[in-house]
Amino acid sequence: MNHLLRRLGFYAIAAWVAITINFLLPRLMPGDPATAMFGRMLGQLSPETLQSLRETFGLTSDPLWKQYLGYLQHVLRGDLGISAAYFPTPVTQVIGTGLVWTVLLAGSAVVISFALGTLLGIATAWWRRGTVDAWLPPALTFIGSFPYFWLSMVALYVAGFSLGWFPLGHAYSDELQPAWTFEFLWDVIAHAALPVGSLVLATLGGWVLSMRNTMITVLGSDYVNLARAKGLPPARVVLRYAARDALLPSITSFGMALGFVLGGSLLTEIVFSYPGQGYLLVQAVRSQDYPLMQGIFLCITLAVLAANWCVDLVVLWLDPRIRDSAS
Amino acid sequence: MSGVTTGRMAGLAAWKAVVRRDPRAAAGAFLLLAFALVAIFGPMLVGDPQAMVGVPLQPPSWQHWLGTTGQGQDVLAQLVVGTRVSLSLGFLVGVAVVAIGALVGVAAGYFGGRIDAALSLLFNVFLVLPGLPLAIVIAAYLPSGPRTVALVLIVTGWAWNARVVRAQASSLRQRDFVAAAVVSGESDARIITQEILPMLSSLLLAQVIGSTTYAIGAQVGLEFLGLGDVAAVSWGTNLYWAQNDSALLTGAWWTFAPTGVCIALVGTALSLLNSGFDEMSNPRLSVEHPWRAFLAARGQVPARSTPVVKSHD
Repeated sequence: MNHLLRRLGFYAIAAWVAITINFLLPRLMPGDPATAMFGRMLGQLSPETLQSLRETFGLTSDPLWKQYLGYLQHVLRGDLGISAAYFPTPVTQVIGTGLVWTVLLAGSAVVISFALGTLLGIATAWWRRGTVDAWLPPALTFIGSFPYFWLSMVALYVAGFSLGWFPLGHAYSDELQPAWTFEFLWDVIAHAALPVGSLVLATLGGWVLSMRNTMITVLGSDYVNLARAKGLPPARVVLRYAARDALLPSITSFGMALGFVLGGSLLTEIVFSYPGQGYLLVQAVRSQDYPLMQGIFLCITLAVLAANWCVDLVVLWLDPRIRDSAS
Repeated sequence: MSGVTTGRMAGLAAWKAVVRRDPRAAAGAFLLLAFALVAIFGPMLVGDPQAMVGVPLQPPSWQHWLGTTGQGQDVLAQLVVGTRVSLSLGFLVGVAVVAIGALVGVAAGYFGGRIDAALSLLFNVFLVLPGLPLAIVIAAYLPSGPRTVALVLIVTGWAWNARVVRAQASSLRQRDFVAAAVVSGESDARIITQEILPMLSSLLLAQVIGSTTYAIGAQVGLEFLGLGDVAAVSWGTNLYWAQNDSALLTGAWWTFAPTGVCIALVGTALSLLNSGFDEMSNPRLSVEHPWRAFLAARGQVPARSTPVVKSHD
């Protein structure tokens, strides 16, 4: 319990750092971009809205610490200000529309890639120096050295544009209304197949290599040799004895991988005009919509922190050493 | 990750040894050298990458080997000039990131106690914050250009190196020779620069390679978003324009394919070089090749377990 609380404290500090970065950035940067943005919005805004916007950003004439407290208050209340690009929609509402799609994209990509990569890692370690082991890890490493979004471009070009197997973009067809029907779900899957597929392809190599390398070490250990000497069936030795042990490093890096894949999926979304956070983010960058940009950063950060905490829970459950030292 | 603890060979000698011993590392070094030559001399051989030289979106031909962009510029010229810009920025950022990581990591590992706790908290927080969104938020506030890209890549990239260096430095701190230096009254600065850093040199070298790979990839990603100088030529802005000119949906594969292949080739070259390094400095891996050769010479099939003895050849 102590261990989990300590981790929770760490994530709280990380979240606080993210919020503080958001607070300090507009104030440290040359040229006062936030005021410039307000200036551009001046014609559209009533003086009251402008005042509340300034307060949200704490861009008042108060001393810095007072601005900071005001900013923290707003963030804790879930008020991230008003988007400039989607004026006058609040940032939280704009983010909410894109969040589902990003979670769907990055989440399914990470889970599929992890499961598939781990299985392939086990297989290549077991049939070590076989044909598959000779070409699969290097091939996946080579594919992994392409930028994520470039693989998306190629996937879109080949499977979408040239062959016409998949839709060319967006999350679902224009003529369909979002509903829990089989037709709509199938449409969503068809639209997600290419972006998820290219993300899986780009990240698979890392999981295969990490699992393969740990498996090789574990397969050489005494307790696995003993299990084999006892004449246990190979499948049992590999899965129940070796893989279970070798899984830990992969799971520990799962949380950090999520951050990478989220970043990659932001870029992939742009290639596919997929209406998630990445698409919103690039629009925010182009229209200098700072509140939206910062809101997306905060939102993604909190999602990554939450995922990391879940990983901590899983590791605690899997690793008796941490469990024992924690209790 | 490499479990590098030995630093007997450093610098040029280590590179030579690795390249001579490991064909994969040699291939990586060769590929990298080719790209370096293109980066240095290539821009003198091609024309102005910004000039409009023909009809937009022409496929590859004898006149324009890689076709033309949506603005009628020569793709090959853009690729070659982009190689110089992107590789030099990637390498500079890679070195800077490792330098900062080494500084923070050694300080944390060597001094321990409160300094360690504070610095570890700092790099762990930076590790858990998602890098690309943070980079975007910072870059959006700064004037776009290579300086901004370099700065945000350094800010978001140093933490992993610091963590690895800290672990190594803190284990070195426990070794007898460091304890002896402390007891004999050496200053902290001298122990760090004379005793600890030389032991870490091969790790730092491997980190420069890894960080350069990171820097090239992240830089291309940021520029693809339009956060670089979109008026300049680099690998990332080439892809930015390819996307903006809807190259994909008009079938103009030549505007984005060559750049991606170059990025992947450089990344692969760097990782080949790094795996050669790993092989040399990781004792577990370095005994494996001679051991397998030893067994094969006697008609034996190697067992599954990794050998931990060194054959005396």
